[in-house]
Amino acid sequence: MRRHAALVRVTHWLTFVAFVALLISGCEIVISHPRFYWGEEGNVNTRPLIVLPIPASRDTVPTHYHYVMPDQNGWSRYLHFEAAWVAVLTGLVYFVYGFFSGHFRRRLLPSRQDWTWRAYRGRLMKYLRGSWSEPGEGFSYNVLQQSAYLVVIFILFPLIIWTGLAMSPSFTSAFPATAALLGGRQSARTIHFFVSCLLLLFLLVHITMVSLSGFRSRMGAMIVGTSRKSKEVE
Amino acid sequence: MNALSRRKLIFGGVAAAAGLGGLAAADRFAKRYGLIPPDSGGWSGPGETLTYACQRVLTARTAAREFPRSMISKKPFANEVEPPTEHFKQLAAGGFKDWRLVVDGTVARPLVLSLSDLKSMPMSSQITEIACEEGWSYVAEWIGTPLSNVLKEAGILPQSQYVVYYGVEKWAWESIDMADAMHPNTLVTLGMNDGDLPVPFGGPLRLRLPRQLGYKSLKYLHHITVTDNIRKFGQGLGSIDPEGGYAWYAGI
Repeated sequence: MRRHAALVRVTHWLTFVAFVALLISGCEIVISHPRFYWGEEGNVNTRPLIVLPIPASRDTVPTHYHYVMPDQNGWSRYLHFEAAWVAVLTGLVYFVYGFFSGHFRRRLLPSRQDWTWRAYRGRLMKYLRGSWSEPGEGFSYNVLQQSAYLVVIFILFPLIIWTGLAMSPSFTSAFPATAALLGGRQSARTIHFFVSCLLLLFLLVHITMVSLSGFRSRMGAMIVGTSRKSKEVE
Repeated sequence: MNALSRRKLIFGGVAAAAGLGGLAAADRFAKRYGLIPPDSGGWSGPGETLTYACQRVLTARTAAREFPRSMISKKPFANEVEPPTEHFKQLAAGGFKDWRLVVDGTVARPLVLSLSDLKSMPMSSQITEIACEEGWSYVAEWIGTPLSNVLKEAGILPQSQYVVYYGVEKWAWESIDMADAMHPNTLVTLGMNDGDLPVPFGGPLRLRLPRQLGYKSLKYLHHITVTDNIRKFGQGLGSIDPEGGYAWYAGI
């Protein structure tokens, strides 16, 4: 039985590859200055909002570790922006498809009767009792899945792109509001970091849930598009 | 083969052909309008070219964000790159009276300018942010003469495509395209926050480009060469940045 459309499968894996590249390169970039600020400016002479408890890859950043990590910013930055293009262009195709094919409306928007706390609580309780896949969930999403995907697609991804662009001195010369609305360049950087943490959290939960609800069947559905009945409850 | 898969096949074929045709057309267009950066080769080339092309189309003339005087950083941070050379120390001991800025290359009138020559040119100032690729930033007022004034004085020849610029140590070199070189924000900077530009911040002379990351704002500006062929410089990648693994265009 058909589970995922070809376009959804292709954009899913492209996004996955781009996201992993963004994550790795993002980690490399952030260790060159593992301090976060709020507002427009921020440097080692200003008070940080948060300092990550890790050594830095530049000796100009004071840390307690007496150790300077290897600096990998060059290729990391090239990779970060190339992968960002893959993610943005893929996302654009997926967005257009999602709106016009009815994918968002039919698959991701919770149905009317699920717009209640009771529906959320109901499915959550089943998860807590260890029911990873309810009947029918091999072919359609439950309300918690739908909500998680909607948050990722319509809030976290747009926000991470926005905050990324708000750090570009050239882009903000054309669109100063992208930085100003967030409170400044350093606020944008801080939000960018926390949104990426949320996206990483989503990725980890996503992989865990796929594994718990039948890794072979779910992976098969996202690779070849069809899901065959297996021992697990479909 | 059923009707649905045939339709998909035809649609896919048409889409692929259109895509390839579009790419070929985009390549011709990009070359013609200078939308390809010098470091467009290798695995990072496609992303870098997309970024640069979009920025050139979108932001060739837009002005950098400026800030109110109250937002000037109380304690700006300077990365220590003071050249320890004897030559620099001698120049500093003489109050940089003997500092010269050489302008040559594809210009009608090559120039050798002292700091007081530069100070006699029309001055402008801007309160802009300098942001390092590491992530930190500060806001300062930068005072100087727009690079376009210096280039107009030298008379750039029509075939010019890039402006190459060197620090006092020859290994430190950068380049920018003509859009950035002629942009009013691109400042041959002599002063910072109402005083002379301090040495840790690049004094006596720094090229400031507020619309690109800090590493393009080369300290100890010493020599400017206008060129019609960027491939002749270094490894032909536009600056020391790609040679050290960093992007040539740093407007992101």
